[in-house]
Amino acid sequence: MAVYEQKQALEAPSSTKGAIHWIKENLFSSPLNTIMTLMGFGFLYIIIPPLLQWAYFDANFVGTTREQCTGDGACWVFIKMKMDMFLYGFYPETELWRLKAIVIMFVALVIGLRFIKSGKVKFGIVFSYFIISLILTAGGIFGLESVPTDKWGGLMLTIVVASVGIVFSFPIGIIVAFGRQSNLPIIRSVCVTYVEMIRGVPLITILFMSSVILPLFFPEGISFDKLLRALIGITLFQAAYVAENIRGGLQAIPKGQYEAADAIGLSYWQKMLLVILPQALKVAIPNLAGAFISLFQDTTLVLIIGLFDLLAMVRITAADSHWLGMETEGYVFVTVIFWAFCYGMSRYSNKLEKQFDTNLK
Amino acid sequence: MTKFTKLSLAALAFVGMSATAGTLQDVQKAGVVKCGVDGGLPGFSEIVSGGEYKGIDVDGCRAMAAAVLGDAKKVKFVNLNSKERFAALQSGEIDILVRNTTWTETRDTSLGFNFVAVNYYDGQGFMVRKDLGVKSTLELDGAAVCIQTGTTTELNVADYFKSKGMKYKSVSYDSNDQVLASYEAGRCDVLTSDASQLYGLRTKLKDKANHIVLPEIISKEPLGPVVRQGDDQWFNIARWTFNSMVAAEEAGITSKNIDSLKSSKNPGIRRILGLEGKMGANLGLNADFAYQVIKQVGNYGEVFERNVGVNTPLKISRGLNALWTEGGLQYSPPFR
Amino acid sequence: MMRALRNQKIRGMLFQVLTILGLVAFLWYIGSNTMANIEQRGIKSGFDFLSGTAGFEIDEAPIKFSSSDTHGRVFLVGLINTLIITFIGIIFSTILGLIIGVFRLSNNWLIKKLAAAYIDIFRNIPILLQILFWYNVVLRALPSPKQSINFLDSIFMNNRGLYLPIPDLNTTTISVCISVLVVVVGAFFLNKWANKRQEETGKDFPVLLTSLGALIIIPIITYFISGANFNFDYPALKGFNFRGGKVISPEFLALTFALVIYTATFIAEAVRSGIEAVSKGQKEAAASIGLSSYQSLKLVVLPQAIRIAIPPVINQYLNLAKNSSLAAAVGYPEIVTVFAGISLNQTGQAIEILAITMLVYLTISLIVSAILNWFNHKMKIKER
Repeated sequence: MAVYEQKQALEAPSSTKGAIHWIKENLFSSPLNTIMTLMGFGFLYIIIPPLLQWAYFDANFVGTTREQCTGDGACWVFIKMKMDMFLYGFYPETELWRLKAIVIMFVALVIGLRFIKSGKVKFGIVFSYFIISLILTAGGIFGLESVPTDKWGGLMLTIVVASVGIVFSFPIGIIVAFGRQSNLPIIRSVCVTYVEMIRGVPLITILFMSSVILPLFFPEGISFDKLLRALIGITLFQAAYVAENIRGGLQAIPKGQYEAADAIGLSYWQKMLLVILPQALKVAIPNLAGAFISLFQDTTLVLIIGLFDLLAMVRITAADSHWLGMETEGYVFVTVIFWAFCYGMSRYSNKLEKQFDTNLK
Repeated sequence: MTKFTKLSLAALAFVGMSATAGTLQDVQKAGVVKCGVDGGLPGFSEIVSGGEYKGIDVDGCRAMAAAVLGDAKKVKFVNLNSKERFAALQSGEIDILVRNTTWTETRDTSLGFNFVAVNYYDGQGFMVRKDLGVKSTLELDGAAVCIQTGTTTELNVADYFKSKGMKYKSVSYDSNDQVLASYEAGRCDVLTSDASQLYGLRTKLKDKANHIVLPEIISKEPLGPVVRQGDDQWFNIARWTFNSMVAAEEAGITSKNIDSLKSSKNPGIRRILGLEGKMGANLGLNADFAYQVIKQVGNYGEVFERNVGVNTPLKISRGLNALWTEGGLQYSPPFR
Repeated sequence: MMRALRNQKIRGMLFQVLTILGLVAFLWYIGSNTMANIEQRGIKSGFDFLSGTAGFEIDEAPIKFSSSDTHGRVFLVGLINTLIITFIGIIFSTILGLIIGVFRLSNNWLIKKLAAAYIDIFRNIPILLQILFWYNVVLRALPSPKQSINFLDSIFMNNRGLYLPIPDLNTTTISVCISVLVVVVGAFFLNKWANKRQEETGKDFPVLLTSLGALIIIPIITYFISGANFNFDYPALKGFNFRGGKVISPEFLALTFALVIYTATFIAEAVRSGIEAVSKGQKEAAASIGLSSYQSLKLVVLPQAIRIAIPPVINQYLNLAKNSSLAAAVGYPEIVTVFAGISLNQTGQAIEILAITMLVYLTISLIVSAILNWFNHKMKIKER
């Protein structure tokens, strides 16, 4: 007769849920991983505490002068006192309400647009906002005091350069992209040459050209403002990249779409603007967003041709004899602003991409 | 859409269009003299609190506005770095460049410019930290030298070290601010520039007392206003506006006593004030152009003392910039 | 007439003719204005300036340069420096980008998040800001030459740069250099042979291990054979500065750090998307035919990932070359700083100088796109 012996019960399998398991699985799954994790924490330990110490715990927030910065950490008082310079450059103090109004209008616009359905109305509102903002910023009409562009500076100039670059490069880019896809050989080669030449050289050489050579292209007596010259250079530069990205979108449109549009008797422009372009833009959004983010970053280059954008303000504010040597605080502050803008834009473009992802596959 | 771009840009009134007459007519039409300056150089052109410009160069611009438009305030200052300045003048972005620019043969002949006069006789010097213990430029062998690019300074220093058989490391930037910041941070041992600038830049340093300017002057740097070649009328106006300031000092006319001198019998003074002769009309200006300059801006001596003189932080004595009668080089051809 | 206008072909022709006319008119307008302006304002033109004396010194000239050399030589110095910074930037950003890209896909949560944070932070900060930050904040905080940070009395770091000892050019040095070169070339052929053998026989050969081993052992052997005589030129503090050895300037360091850190974020993303694009089925198939995980990576995953990752990476190399022009902000003497900067200032011939400079970059980008086309062609999936 067989004797059955009760065997010891196996231990329960280690939990597959809970914090401990998660840590085991994700941080210490193998000796190599354990070493990496420890190194990672070590790295964080070296970086984070001193940074916090400098930027927050030992930092100085109150006061109005340099002498009041007694702690070892950052002197944020400097940023506080120079805030208007960083934001608006040399814009006259009495006219600052105009810039503030633009910002308030922007917030109202973002909220208001949610309630408007019609695309045309939306476009109209955004476009008139753009024009009104430019009028408010520059002045000179409707009894607004004219503010010459050499007084523009700081974040405001950065935004002016970036938004003008984006808005004007877009239509040019679309036309060039169409030209590049066209079956007319001369148009095509003109567009290809333009795109490849611009994309082949660094922005800084184009800015040098627009600031030094452009004035020689026109008869004596026509002179362009320094800022306008930079804007022309940046717009022409950006247009080439926009064109290239839209071309990518156009290539993704199946031939059937063109043929269908032709079959229902649409003209070239009707076909391109109503059928092809909307689909191409949808495909091109991630790349276009990338191009616009890099344009926003590229606006910093205007400091090399002597415009005072946000980045240039660091040097200017730190050259003030009362605040000598405050460059570090300035750079950190400006870095945070640029980062926030660019990161925000890339997040937003991710959102758009998902929203437009109608998944035609 | 491109047409639209052009239109809207034009509408924004960025584009300044004007007839191609002469600079004088353009300036009179615009009602403002566009004047290129450095903008960051104490004593020469500096933006002081409240956005006001101040300095010898700035007063040169103001004198032009006083002479041409009768109002010294009608100046639009354009800040230019050493790299941009010539292109700005060539392109017509500015009407006159008064930016501590050295008069050299090459610049006078190949860039399409005319130098008007010398508003400051300068020479290149060196500034070092006191604790280096250097007493003379001859001890600078092997030093790292901070220089502003695009200047005659850059060329002089190469010539000088070569002629003395010494070596140096050049560290160059295109703005004075960056040069100064790098010098202060110890990127280089020596900062070289025009001596007057060195005194000006020193006032911007954190511990001013710890820096000295070495005694040697290694070059001639006649600094002066520049105009475009090919517009003789404007050139003459600029030249005689400057001369009127020197002539006024020679004749003892100041901004304070000028009104009381209106009754003077001295024909020399009467000619400067525009009470006799056709000086103004010959230039295409009002008869009292020099009066306006002296009344609103001052004579050369006043301008010098106010901006860089011994009672300013720069503490520069007249030296070469004294009148010729006092052993200096400033000399005005006669107003006649 | 109207009918002719409705004909698409004729309309196309007409449109093209108009474009050409417009373009020619535009160029003629610009050209004639420019000529007139140059003439009227007495600005010098032509390329004579290239043989004119420069008159200024360049600190970091890779070839011999003195103030009595010509502007043509200034151009050469700038061009070589551009190529140097691009080359070094490419090497280091590739290494860093690969590491970060692999970290990004690691199954270690912390490492994955750190890599993601690195990418999110540094690609969203303008490159010029990064250059200025390194230059004006980090490197400027270093001590003066007299208080240099000192490693073993041979490497010094201060606010004038990084000072390294360099070996003298004697027989040992040269032979060791040659032996390294020989091993690298040998490894290339070994790889070819191993691939061929594998195609024919299916046998794998550990190319990587063999080459790495050879790379260590052979130079060491060469070192002893050729006399074991490394003689270093050590930097030493003399007068104001260190003399001797090799100095790497803060300008170069700031530029390299910023370019590498910025570009690596894009390379890391390219690497990640390349590896992620290889479908899971491929890995499973590789595992099911009994390939080890190393074999699967080497023979199945990487060849497919590289095909996707390389084109964007090459584009990033081109961007790096173009971004190196930002050296102008800190004064590292590459082509934009010395030629389109100092030479332009001294001669005032903006049109000629900018045209030459742009041509250099255009040539670089044409070469790069030629390489890219060749690669795409070669890597095209060969369907049988």
